[in-house]
Amino acid sequence: MKKYNLDENLIAKFDNEKAIVTNSVDVFYGNHQSIFNVNLDFPRFSITALIGSSGSGKSTFLRCLNRMNDSIANVDGNIMYRDVDINSKKVNVYEVRKQIGMVFQRPNPFAKTIRDNVTFALKKHGIKDKEELNERVESSLKEAALWDEVKDNLDKSALSLSGGQAQRLCIARTITMKPDILLLDEPASALDPISTAKIEETLKNLKSKYTIIIVTHNMQQASRVSDYTAFFHSGHVLEFDKTAKIFTTPKIQATEDYISGDFG
Amino acid sequence: MEIKKKLLRSSKETRQDKLGKGISYLSIGFIILLVSLILYFIISKGLSTFTQNNVNIWDFLTKQDWSPSSIGKDGKPEVGALPMIITSFGITILSAILATPFAIAIGIYMSVISPKRGRKFLQIIIEMLVGIPSVVYGFLGLTIIVPINRHLFGGTGFGILSATLVLFVMVLPTIASLTVDSLNAVPKYLSDASLALGATRWQTIYKVILRAATSGILTAIIFGMARAFGEALAVQMVIGNATLMPKNLITPASTLTSQLTTGIGNTVMGTLGNNALWSLALVLLLMSLVFNIIVKMIGKRGSIK
Amino acid sequence: MNPKTTNKIAIGLIYTFVAIVVAILVSLIGYILVTGVPHISWHFLTSKSQSFLSGGGIRDQLFNSVYLLFLTLCLSFPIALGSGIYLAEYAPKNWITEVIRTTIEVLSSLPSVVVGLFCYLLFVVQMHIGFSILSGAIALTFFNLPLLTRNIENSLKSVSHLQREAGLSLGLSQWKTITGIILPAAVPGIITGIILSAGRVFGEAAALIYTAGQSAPIIDYTNWNVFSSSSFLNPMRPAETLAVHIWKVNSEGITPDANLVSSGSSAVLIILILLFNLLAHWIGNLLYKKMTSNF
Repeated sequence: MKKYNLDENLIAKFDNEKAIVTNSVDVFYGNHQSIFNVNLDFPRFSITALIGSSGSGKSTFLRCLNRMNDSIANVDGNIMYRDVDINSKKVNVYEVRKQIGMVFQRPNPFAKTIRDNVTFALKKHGIKDKEELNERVESSLKEAALWDEVKDNLDKSALSLSGGQAQRLCIARTITMKPDILLLDEPASALDPISTAKIEETLKNLKSKYTIIIVTHNMQQASRVSDYTAFFHSGHVLEFDKTAKIFTTPKIQATEDYISGDFG
Repeated sequence: MEIKKKLLRSSKETRQDKLGKGISYLSIGFIILLVSLILYFIISKGLSTFTQNNVNIWDFLTKQDWSPSSIGKDGKPEVGALPMIITSFGITILSAILATPFAIAIGIYMSVISPKRGRKFLQIIIEMLVGIPSVVYGFLGLTIIVPINRHLFGGTGFGILSATLVLFVMVLPTIASLTVDSLNAVPKYLSDASLALGATRWQTIYKVILRAATSGILTAIIFGMARAFGEALAVQMVIGNATLMPKNLITPASTLTSQLTTGIGNTVMGTLGNNALWSLALVLLLMSLVFNIIVKMIGKRGSIK
Repeated sequence: MNPKTTNKIAIGLIYTFVAIVVAILVSLIGYILVTGVPHISWHFLTSKSQSFLSGGGIRDQLFNSVYLLFLTLCLSFPIALGSGIYLAEYAPKNWITEVIRTTIEVLSSLPSVVVGLFCYLLFVVQMHIGFSILSGAIALTFFNLPLLTRNIENSLKSVSHLQREAGLSLGLSQWKTITGIILPAAVPGIITGIILSAGRVFGEAAALIYTAGQSAPIIDYTNWNVFSSSSFLNPMRPAETLAVHIWKVNSEGITPDANLVSSGSSAVLIILILLFNLLAHWIGNLLYKKMTSNF
């Protein structure tokens, strides 16, 4: 494996409104440090891709943004969202996760009906009105581009869906909470190309309403869907810029090698 | 800003989690309390023979005469538990020795020879053997094994042999099912490699699979022994309940558990006769702890390897 | 001897041993059914037992067994559920959890006669509850708790961690994630475990002899007042169960037809326990299918 200078980096800053800002985030699993001093500003209403080889820390970092690492790792640093450091112990972690939703690598629908998958969390958060629930089911399934495929089978088990459908159901389930930010952890890695294309299409449509941060190891995907790209290597962010710039004129050697496939 | 406020104050979810933690901590706390109470009561009651009635612990463990309710030759009640202790260990070890080859055969059959159909079938057999209640085993022993032994060896038919045979069937499913688990845990590539090298099936089973599963099989045997040692009614029904030093396998004897079940109802709480029985219960309790420790030790050794 | 012959002999021996075990089980079950089933009659199931006469039935014992089982499950399930959730979801990986696990193992390996005697000492004697269904149900609860707890823990743990992440990422509390998502997904395993443990509880006698007692007083099946001493529902009355009855008639031997009564009772017990086992498999499979396919 080639050695790169991990201290040499290029983190661009932009003037747009910020959705979430991280200040010197470090992550430790026990004594092992896996994320080093990450400072990233995520512009609002845009898609940011986190790329890098497996083990580079991109997923770990993503999970910090809605506190999904709480029980597995120690996270240091500040994560500013709406002027609140959501990495603080004092913050209500459930509210954080309502505002910042997450879709995981493997589709994980609940062992319930399609409808209940969408309404389950809504009901637990106090929405009881049937009409409203039905409306939310329809609108979120439409947003996730799944409505036409399942509208006649809403009371079927979600476990009967195909992988791609299940993943879009998971997206619908997340956006029905009306979050501010949507985190996606390699959402298409377990899917076939057609399902992947559908998910990407869905993401582009969602961009107008949500800030999306997506982890992917698929560089074509990153270049197709994202506006900004951050390149992770060995727990460091080496380069962050507009996607077009990263993919055409990378400034850092490691980024260039990774993008051209001459890496590792 | 509303969202900012929400982020900084506790919500329904925070309370739910406190409640949930409370409920589950309470339940587990209850079990801990329960076990401590059992240990405390049995130990303190079991020790009263030695603290209140001044019976010598060494005499209790080594003397052979048991008549705690009446005065013996030397003017003191005799509280020698050795016959029961020996008999308990005797039937435990004998039944385990008898059951182990069968259990291993079942284990090999289920995990190596016929892992599909044979396994399903024997699984049902094992479950049924586990499902038969101990009093039914006792009754079967009483109506089948005891008469056969009486016929073959004379005497009453009650005794260690009958108890061993009953326990053999009772511990068999325990040892067998745990043996199957440990044999299944042996990685398949080990046996594949051995077969590919030209070893026969039996060589593979004996030299590779059984070796790799040794600590698991030992654990299974210990669990079986623990069950045999603690079994009360089935043994009590076929052993004859005579608190004598066992001389052979076909005369009546008595185990710790059988003496307890027959004695507790016939003695008065607080008397030596009763206290001495609680001391037997204490021995049972301690032995069950010892079995636990042995299992832990085997587990540790197995995991280091 | 060459390896091939050894191989043949060894494999042959394994088959023989397995055949012997199968033969033992078949003959045991066969014996019980052949000797017991002819004695099962409507009269046997619905008349009261006799101590000195022949022709006694098992009505009260059968009812006591069922009632005791019901109370035991009512007592043990909530505690086992809470403990199972603790072990599967909340327990941190440290020495305290190790101690807790060991404690539960100790409880599960205690001979049932010791558990019974403890309950006799604490509840029957010291708390003056006396020989009663309540004391018996408490004893059986203690006997049942470790296995049921472990079963619930394992059923919960077998639910994928992805489901937990899904729940948490929607802003649900851990508790709602467990009760609303994980627990429903674990229901097939838990139901199977409950029914299997019911079979064990149903056949247990050693823990009951000195807690629920060995007598079946005359009870009135039309008296629904739980507090009346003659009511069949009164939990404070002594209650001999079917399993204890089998032991009693055999070890005290004053009932003239003890053998027939025991065969009949054993057959009833075995049949019920086999039904429990079948039910457990059937319901487990059914629920599993229902949850994973279209409905």
